[in-house]
Formats: sequence, structure tokens, C-alpha cells
Amino acid sequence: MSVELYAHADDAVAGIEDGSTVLIGGFGMAGMPVELIDALIRQGATDLTVVSNNAGNGDTGLAALLAKGRVRRIVCSFPRQSDSWVFDRLYREGRIELEVVPQGTLAERLRAAGAGIGAFYSPTGVGTPLAEGKETREIAGRTYLLEYPIKGDVALIGAHQADQMGNLVYRKTARNFGPVMATAATTVVAQVREIVEVGAIDPEAVVTPSIYVDRIVRTGVPAA
Amino acid sequence: MNPTNAFVENLDRGPLTKHEMAARVARDIPHGSYVNLGIGQPTLVADHLPAGSGVVLHTENGMLNMGPAAQEGQVDPDLTNAGKIPVTELPGAAYFHHADSFAMMRGGHLDVCVLGAFQVSAAGDLANWHTGAADAIPAVGGAMDLAIGAKRVFVMMTLFAKDGTPKLVPRCTYPLTGLGCVDRVYTEFATFRVGPGGVTVLETFGITYDDLAQRLDVPLSLPDGS
Repeated sequence: MSVELYAHADDAVAGIEDGSTVLIGGFGMAGMPVELIDALIRQGATDLTVVSNNAGNGDTGLAALLAKGRVRRIVCSFPRQSDSWVFDRLYREGRIELEVVPQGTLAERLRAAGAGIGAFYSPTGVGTPLAEGKETREIAGRTYLLEYPIKGDVALIGAHQADQMGNLVYRKTARNFGPVMATAATTVVAQVREIVEVGAIDPEAVVTPSIYVDRIVRTGVPAA
Repeated sequence: MNPTNAFVENLDRGPLTKHEMAARVARDIPHGSYVNLGIGQPTLVADHLPAGSGVVLHTENGMLNMGPAAQEGQVDPDLTNAGKIPVTELPGAAYFHHADSFAMMRGGHLDVCVLGAFQVSAAGDLANWHTGAADAIPAVGGAMDLAIGAKRVFVMMTLFAKDGTPKLVPRCTYPLTGLGCVDRVYTEFATFRVGPGGVTVLETFGITYDDLAQRLDVPLSLPDGS
């Protein structure tokens, strides 16, 4: 399916259903699709499972979505931060479920979902509390944990630039989870700073090919 | 201080300062290594790599050849380290996504990583992500991937906790990050090799080997030939 271009973030997040699993890109603020998260708050979907590296910072973006009580469960590697007070409060009050996943396992589980892999064995976490309940297997003398894919209904990601076909390029470390999340969800929504003509992006430089991208909105944040 | 394998007691001085510990770690990083420095004290190691070290720093959020922290006027919100601090890029830098970044870690391509720790066991088990306190919110980040991924794992930590208990222990009592993954432990009082052969003291600073042995609950040995 070809990509749809939207003028407003509200239109780009239309149709996200209650109970959806939403992959949210970004590492700290780098690559965080803030305008899409704000639009999701206005859109109103609730009972969500959110997959993101962190569990929100300060009172905006993902933290604001959490504060509205829209997130039933969060899957992330590093929820606890100096400014994660919204998550911390919800967690301590038992109002949000948490699945902690090692950062590389989180990325690889997303990659597996996008690549059609049914499960994979990883050495990360063997012998630790995060291995509890996981199937283990010894392969060539080393112990591995069986890990399953994480598939999203929707991915919200931030990229630097898109062309009108939906090819994406990222900028510096803001790339982080964007390219893997773009492969791992049924509907992929990207907010970008700039939309250029088809052919204006060097094909050798495309990071996320258009096949993965469904909806694009330009959010008008100028390049740094 | 210790160019050969011979054990050295440095008794003409006190324990190492934080920066001296970082410099001590930096001296053991081979020329041209690909290195990940953990969040916190290990980042100090970058300040002590000699000019021309050829060391390439990896940051797990997706970059090789990371430069120093950004100064005023250099801050770019798209360019941070794993601690979310604004940093800079050096010529020859490369960016990649998270799955690639952890694949290069898990795949054994990094030469060295330097991590902080709550506890390290004599066998090289690492505990550095969770105190195990009932009300603590678990947060692991990339710690478990780093612990098992790099070819060599160096730990940089104070030898004793604030309550005076040793952090080099027979068995970790805090929740584990990785099993048998640590090679070296750099502390203010001594540098240790840990692993299947137990704890070997490579050098001490401001303390004798005998006094060190008295303050720790793990059997110590000296390097072969000392």
C-alpha cells in the first residue's frame, strides 16, 4: 500500500483502537515522536500496551499519555529515570503493568517481529532474574534464552526526512528504534521534519524503505 | 605502575582518586580498541585515553566514534550518548539503529566495555542493575547486553559500599546482570583479575596485600611469578 501524507498529526493517528499495542520510538527525546503522542492523547485510545525504551520523561509526550491513564501495560528497558515521576507514581500505585526487557533484547524482539522470525535464542540475561520463566537451551556450550517477537498494531516514530513515497532518513542518534519499529507494526506512522520530492533522497542513503511506512506527517520542527 | 605481570604494592601513596582509577583503566585498553563506556564513572575513562590511542567509542543508542560531551553552542538534540547527555561526533563516526547496535555488542565485536557495579563475585558474576530492594523500580537498560557482549568486561567501582561492606564478594547477593562475565575489577585500593581461577590481586594502592586480604571475604592470590 502506498503511503498517505497528512497535514495534521491528528489525522495521522486516526483509527488507533482501544487495546492496541503501540510501539513508540525515541531514546530520551532523540527521535521521540512527540507530536504523534500528543495527537494520540487527543485521539483518546485507551487500554494501550506501549513498547518504548523508556517510560516517559517529565510531564509531556509519553509521560502525558501515561498520566491520562491510557496505558495498561508498558514494555521497556529503562523505566526509572530522574524525571520519570509520572510512571513511578502509577507503578507504585499498581496502576500500570511493567515488563522490563534488556535493551538489546527489546530491539531484537522488534526486529524479529518485522523479519518474520518466530522466536530466537539470546545469551542476554542468562542466570539473571529476567530469565525467570524463560525456556533455555544450550547451543555449542553456551546457554541461551528463548525470546519471542514483539509485534505492534501501530508504530509511532520520528524521522528526519521523508520523500513522498515514504522512504525515510534519520539524523544522528535519533535513528535509534525508528528503523526496527517501522518493520514491526501493522500501521506505521512517521513524523518528519521535511517531506521532499520522490528522487530527492539518494537511494543509497534510505534507511527505512517506503514499503514499511503507511502514514507521514510533517511536524515542521526545523532541522537542528 | 605495573608494566609486567609482577605484583606491585604501591605503599608510597593513598588509594586512587576517581580520575586516577579512570586513568588506570585507560592504560589497560589496547590501542585501536572498540570500547563502550558505561553510564556514570566509566565515562571518565574517555578523558584519560592518550592522544593517538586509536580507541573508537561505541554508544549503544547507535553510534561509533563518539566524541566528547557537547560544549555550549554544540548541543544537538539528535546527538546524545546512552546517558542522554549531548555529545559530539568525531571524523569517521557511524550511526546505526538499535538492533544493529546491540547486534555488534551481543555478536562479540566490541573489544572492551567498562561498567560500574554494585557487586562482583570472585567468579566474575556481575550485579549492577538492581539493588533488589522491594520498592525499587527495576530498570535494566543495556546492562545485561553489555555484560555478556564485549570480549572483555572491566568493572570500575569503589571496593567498599557506603556501609563498609566489600563489593568484591564470594557470591553476589544483589540480582545478577550476567554470569562469569567480568575480567578485571579496578578499585581505589587494588586492581583484580576475576574469573574461574578466583581473585588475583594485580596491584594495590595505599594498602598491603595482607591488609587487603583481611578486609575482604574472598580468597586472594598473587599473579604467577610474583
